[in-house]
Amino acid sequence: MGGRASRAPGGATPPVPSPGGDTLEDEEKRVTHAAGAVPPAIELIGINKSFGPVHANRNVNLRVEKGVIHGIVGENGAGKSTLMSILYGFYEADSGEIRINGERVRIRSSREAIDCGIGMVFQHFMLVQTLSVLENVMLGAEGGALLARGASAIRRRLAELGAEYGLDVDPDAIAGELSVGLQQRVEILKALVRGAEILVLDEPTAVLTPAEADQLFQMLRVLKGQNKTIIFITHKLREIMSLTDRVSVMRRGEMVATFDTGLTSPPELADAMVGRKVILRIDKGPAHPGAVALEARDIVVRDDRGVVRVDRISFALREGEILGVAGVAGNGQSELLEALAGIRPLSGGEIMIHGRPLSAAERNPHDERLIGVGHVPEDRHRMGLVMPFEACESAMLGFQYEPTYGRGLFYDRKAIVKDADRKMDAFDVRPRDPLLKTANFSGGNQQKLVLAREIERNPRILLVGQPTRGVDIGAIEFIHKRIVAQRDAGKAVLLVSVELDEILALSDRIIVLCGGRLTGERRPDETDARDLGLLMAGVSERAA
Amino acid sequence: MSAPLKPLPQWADVALIPLVNVAAAFLISGLVVLAIGENPLEAVQILITGALGDLEGVGFTLYYATSFIFTGLAVALCFHAGLFNIGVEGQAYIAGLGAALAALHLGFLPGYGLAVAAIVAAAVFGAAFAAIPGYLQAYRDSHIVITTIMFNYIASAIMGYLLVNVMRVPGQMNAETAQFPPNAWAPQFHVILAHFGVQWPVTPFNLSFLLALAAAWVVWLLIWRTRLGYEIRTVGANPTAAVYGGISPKRVVIVSTLLSGALAGGMAVNVILGEEHRLILEYTAGFGFVGIAVALMGRAHPVGIILAAILFGMLYQGGAELAFDKPKISRDMIVVIQGLVVLFAGALEHMFRRPVATLLARRTTQPPI
Repeated sequence: MGGRASRAPGGATPPVPSPGGDTLEDEEKRVTHAAGAVPPAIELIGINKSFGPVHANRNVNLRVEKGVIHGIVGENGAGKSTLMSILYGFYEADSGEIRINGERVRIRSSREAIDCGIGMVFQHFMLVQTLSVLENVMLGAEGGALLARGASAIRRRLAELGAEYGLDVDPDAIAGELSVGLQQRVEILKALVRGAEILVLDEPTAVLTPAEADQLFQMLRVLKGQNKTIIFITHKLREIMSLTDRVSVMRRGEMVATFDTGLTSPPELADAMVGRKVILRIDKGPAHPGAVALEARDIVVRDDRGVVRVDRISFALREGEILGVAGVAGNGQSELLEALAGIRPLSGGEIMIHGRPLSAAERNPHDERLIGVGHVPEDRHRMGLVMPFEACESAMLGFQYEPTYGRGLFYDRKAIVKDADRKMDAFDVRPRDPLLKTANFSGGNQQKLVLAREIERNPRILLVGQPTRGVDIGAIEFIHKRIVAQRDAGKAVLLVSVELDEILALSDRIIVLCGGRLTGERRPDETDARDLGLLMAGVSERAA
Repeated sequence: MSAPLKPLPQWADVALIPLVNVAAAFLISGLVVLAIGENPLEAVQILITGALGDLEGVGFTLYYATSFIFTGLAVALCFHAGLFNIGVEGQAYIAGLGAALAALHLGFLPGYGLAVAAIVAAAVFGAAFAAIPGYLQAYRDSHIVITTIMFNYIASAIMGYLLVNVMRVPGQMNAETAQFPPNAWAPQFHVILAHFGVQWPVTPFNLSFLLALAAAWVVWLLIWRTRLGYEIRTVGANPTAAVYGGISPKRVVIVSTLLSGALAGGMAVNVILGEEHRLILEYTAGFGFVGIAVALMGRAHPVGIILAAILFGMLYQGGAELAFDKPKISRDMIVVIQGLVVLFAGALEHMFRRPVATLLARRTTQPPI
């Protein structure tokens, strides 16, 4: 069983030599075949996969019974995605075997995975936005050079599936015009039309509203009722608890434990994920808000295509408080953050800093930094860091004109390296090597590097976007503490996050965005995820 | 989706991959030589002897290399800003016009003041001609690849018109200007060495070579040690991060193309002031395009560019000898090799990356996260 985390000594660099691994594995095989009952839908035995020196999967054993919802949790980088990529034929394991319904199979491509009855729903949908639902479902299963025959067959099949599982989608709707929840449904239909008996969903709720997530769970339960097997990958323990029958925990490439969901608890799972006790709640004292540091007055922001994404929003951010901005991804919070940081122009309204309106000429990242606005961007890959740069060069992005880094035309390399070293020390960035390429740090350490850069400059206003996206739990704790420490030091902190737990744990006040409009304001002690979820879905404050 | 590429150790990235790419290019060239019925090994021998066998060969090799260093640096500088400047050929051509105008009309300048003025004029003309596509890229979103290709034709047309109709010496058949006064010339090494009593065969190898080495050093300083270089590299690697960091990508595009054009002007110094001593029709002879191959092969690093430029200098000089010795092998063979180098070092750069990475994977030390 996965929970025993048996180790075969076959790997190239077994970290802990464990005696008797072979016997364990042999025993397992016997059990599989001798059981006589239904063989497990999926059995992974001793899977190893290395990328260079990184052992992404280390002797992973996993057994998923037929007709259950099996959760896999683990921090980012724990090896969940690698394992599923092996199951779906994107990578081939270095060693180990895969059994589907008790039969040993070799999966070298996604086509072979589909032939084995495995369907995959990715976090980022693989839909052609301009094609109709029907055309998307047909893609790769056209059934000949002429489309008409295949199309009518698939249309029939879609109708059947709709009736059978309650998965109704208009086959002629354009994929790109569907809501995110419906797009995901199309992905599931794609897998089912191809005859999937086993569905793998990779972080399926990351892009959904709470209501859409509930619908998804409903759908998955129906599928389970039809004896489909579902593997559900997430890092949200709440979802595991409410949906799954069994749950396996991965940590650093190993499958460390498997539990019956009913017999475990979120704290136990969290401990298994990180290998030590983690405080899920932040210890923070009451806020002592001071003067208004930043004020938005009726601001309007458009995206690159000219669509209004922030629609006449007003709020005030005080010194010594954390104002959380909640919302489902894509509801204007990114544009809001960029506008406040001076990256995106305002199409209307005014931004006041310490009671003084920012002139159009001042609304650029450089001048705002000089005024004392720090900005941790939502996406460190796209915006916050330059991946090919040495860490010390990324650690001065935005401050590259400051005389501390050298006077006149030339930089003082020593000053740059020393400054980066100091920041990396202060934020425990590992490895503490200012000359290492930015791309070679883990996500958590990259994020700590960004925070170090922005916070160490002592801004009076700190704009923070998705501070813990793609960051492991250990680093999340560290980052949260640092943000609270900024508040306690009297800084005004604006926190944009799509993680409700994060918003609830950190904020002193919460505003909610939906479709670019402000749908409500709450104090964390008078609200909960459900209430915020309703606001995020645009259900009016009064009506709710 | 495919397996992510593991980062290669730096030595492999900087040295091994280019070597493997060039080796592949030469291997295929060898097959071409074989196909036309010549012995590739013999051809290589003639080529190397021709390029490096005697001082005369060395002089010509370095003379060609000087042009390639300039054009390679010009292309590389734009690479760092994420721009593909295909227009070095035209920029160098127009730079020649600047050099010629200064040399012919500023004769009142004392001594080598004239040469310095001509060098500055070459840089300014090259920069100005590059600035137009730069401006169009920055403010009008016209892709620089398209505009610079078109600007090569514009340069060619302008120069053809000027040399035939305006600048030609009256009564002369050739479309070329009058000879420049000698104090506009970049001194050739055999002349300088003769002053010290050292005999060196007569070659066009001139002081521009030192200027090229200095330019390489300045480009290195600029890219890796200055604020402007940081801005250029940030815009090249991640324009969104540049905006976030308060860097203006538009400004960087303009400045990089200006500097690139000025570097292209170095070729005019080498050829027009160093060898021809007059402006002639189509003097650039495709060297601007070779700069793309040089920059690709040198991985946009000044040291790599100097090495790649010398290799191409050898190909040009040795190739001329080869064409002389083996009539079956024409000079076009060199173009074939060039094309193959561009193909392998540029277009197919990643072809050998994965096998090499796999080969080295067990020995690397960096995690790919």
